[in-house]
Amino acid sequence: MTTAVADAHAAEDHDDHGPTKGYKRWLFSTNHKDIGTMYLIFSLVMFFVGGAMAMVIRSELAVPGLQFVHPEFFNSMTTMHALIMVFGAVMPAFVGLANWMIPLMIGAPDMALPRMNNWSFWILPVAFGILLSTLLMPGGAPAGGWTMYPPLILQTGDAFPFLIFSVHLMGISSIMGSINVIVTIINMRAPDMTLLKMPMFVWTWLITAYLLIAVMPVLAGAVTMLLTDQFFGTSFFLAAGGGDPVMFQHIFWFFGHPEVYIMILPAFGVVSEIIPTFSRKKLFGHDSMVYAASCIAFLSFIVWAHHMFTVGMPLTGQLFFMFATMLIAVPTGVKIFNWVATMWRGAMTFETPMLFSLAFVFLFTIGGFSGLMLAIQPADVQYHDTYFVVAHFHYVLVPGSVFAIMAGAYYWLPKWTGHMYNENLGKLHFWASTIFVNVTFFPQHFLGLAGMPRRIPDYSVQFADFNLVSSIGAIGFGLSQLLFVAVLLTAKRGEKATDRVWEGSHGLEWTVPSPAPWHTFTTPPKARIANESFE
Amino acid sequence: MIRKSIMSLLGLLLASTASADWALNMPRGVTDLSAETYGLHMMVFWWCVAIGVVVFGVMIISLFMHRKSKGAEPASFSHSTVAEVLWTAIPVVILLIMAVPAAETMVKLEDTRDPDISIVATAYQWKWHYEYQDEGIDFYSSLARPSVEARRKQSGVDVSTVENYLLDVDRPVVVPKGAKVRLLLTSNDVIHSWWVPELAIKKDAIPGIVNETWFKPNEVGTYRGQCTELCGKDHGYMPIVVEVVEPAAYQAWLDARKDGDAKFASAQ
Repeated sequence: MTTAVADAHAAEDHDDHGPTKGYKRWLFSTNHKDIGTMYLIFSLVMFFVGGAMAMVIRSELAVPGLQFVHPEFFNSMTTMHALIMVFGAVMPAFVGLANWMIPLMIGAPDMALPRMNNWSFWILPVAFGILLSTLLMPGGAPAGGWTMYPPLILQTGDAFPFLIFSVHLMGISSIMGSINVIVTIINMRAPDMTLLKMPMFVWTWLITAYLLIAVMPVLAGAVTMLLTDQFFGTSFFLAAGGGDPVMFQHIFWFFGHPEVYIMILPAFGVVSEIIPTFSRKKLFGHDSMVYAASCIAFLSFIVWAHHMFTVGMPLTGQLFFMFATMLIAVPTGVKIFNWVATMWRGAMTFETPMLFSLAFVFLFTIGGFSGLMLAIQPADVQYHDTYFVVAHFHYVLVPGSVFAIMAGAYYWLPKWTGHMYNENLGKLHFWASTIFVNVTFFPQHFLGLAGMPRRIPDYSVQFADFNLVSSIGAIGFGLSQLLFVAVLLTAKRGEKATDRVWEGSHGLEWTVPSPAPWHTFTTPPKARIANESFE
Repeated sequence: MIRKSIMSLLGLLLASTASADWALNMPRGVTDLSAETYGLHMMVFWWCVAIGVVVFGVMIISLFMHRKSKGAEPASFSHSTVAEVLWTAIPVVILLIMAVPAAETMVKLEDTRDPDISIVATAYQWKWHYEYQDEGIDFYSSLARPSVEARRKQSGVDVSTVENYLLDVDRPVVVPKGAKVRLLLTSNDVIHSWWVPELAIKKDAIPGIVNETWFKPNEVGTYRGQCTELCGKDHGYMPIVVEVVEPAAYQAWLDARKDGDAKFASAQ
């Protein structure tokens, strides 16, 4: 804590206190920075747990024939890998970044609801403890896919109610986190910061939080109906009792498609912070970026059935969902063009956060292209449930969301630790990740087009070559992430970071000392001052 | 033949057969609609390539020219209404160009009227059951014996020696060339999905629901596919094989099949 802040506290704040010592600091924490740190560490742990499952999957698929696991366990691995990566790694990482950075970016002393903040974090280790414990249960972990389609998911063994309960807990955690984000952003901005002056990361998180509040209860409803179908004799999704298995898919994807944007909108926000900093130029078209993100959020509610082009829908329904889905390309394109325009005639430097952001723009766009191809219903009949889809969503989630999280972590790490991380190690991590992510996922496009379905433990020998390439890439990508751990472990050895950290950075988070003291903005700042310091 | 060898040599971006190793693209297939689907796929692909060349091109130029180490001074613009209107409007036009032919093909795909043959396919964990309506024959179709033996964990069998490993069945679906075959799909347990890439048909088999789809093969041959909806532990082991034969051969197959069923019934 710097003397300036300490003095200010001593002079006017008789309630000053540092963090409590020991486990109580973390267990009872109401501090947005500590909770943000816990979220980030938790998501990194889950990233490695889910990653280990991906290693099992890719090892089994390296060559044709069954070598290591039985088909049922293989299905458990794909199911658990997805649930852990989506709900345990990507979403909590963005919540962690939101916890740390939103109060700093809008000049608030903390999140609006600190005790709920504590609660929404501590639910997560419980939820994932429950989910992971199913690996040890009779009948094995859930193996019906993360989409939990009935009637298959009802064949899950003892793990079934634990799966449902853990999904409920994840949902409760997300909803509480979102309420906190919305209340903080709406009520606690610095006096001069109007909504349209908010940084892009804050904007995209505001939109994301509304999406979460809208769709997590829908997921909760869907899984609750599964639970009652299984244990209480209802037939929501059981044809034999007059129910409809397809109805689950409609409800699930009404949650599931906005969920996709929940995992990418904050990524857009992170990248929109980083590219201007290292281009030394203002974000191009800030307001149109806000409108584009809002547009994407709206469209995300009316495209869900493009996940279901093969379930047998009326022609008019399929036409509507195809056109609506294609429309998403427009606001997404606007965002990409605006990032490129931000770089255009800038003065760029290529530190690790910028490298990850550039790879994000390139590779997310490739994922967007395959997304556009998937929107074309007759072609989707060929792509659906093949490795082409696997390649598509891993392109938008790994070099998309995960790279944006990495970019954000490198970008704000000096603000968190007060020291510059090891730039060479960071760059090595970047290049290894970028090369291996493409070696892993690009060949999966070819596998899907050649006819390999997803979620199969073994395959015909014609698919052998690209599967081996993909598996080699996956092992390489997995090992590369250990470099990130090395960066974190050596994060405090670097030179002292300045308040501003980066030459081209702007915004309120760069006006507080590095590392950010335990309490910041106990009196609201003037946003104008921060803006002027940039201009 | 020469054309075929040139194609396989060039390999990249050209259509290669689904069974070739290092296959890069979707098969063109053997129905009119599969060729249309392939055409749509390639059209959207080339649009994506074109857009990619422009966007990545501008970005790469910027990455090399506008770097601080080359003494670039940052410009101060942060807005351009003209540019923003243009890059909103142009994609809309491109999307319309894609959407119209896609919608036309979709309408044809959904038109299951006036079939020559109707087959009811019922999915089970983990095999298919086919019933030829109006012909009174039906049979189960499961993974072929050699694959069943080789697929077990550490079976000791080199799977590359098994012909059509995991893509062969004991009793294939047989249909005549040039006939409009309507497929009625349903399931007895969980959701499955019936897919043969060369026919460009994929439709879910759902308990309590009968789904319809159709295909009209133009070429004689054996076409292989798999279940494409996760359906439990043996999801990867319920292939689909369609044999397209000349109409006369189809009639002979039908007669033999009926004869065999009659003999089997009288033996009971």
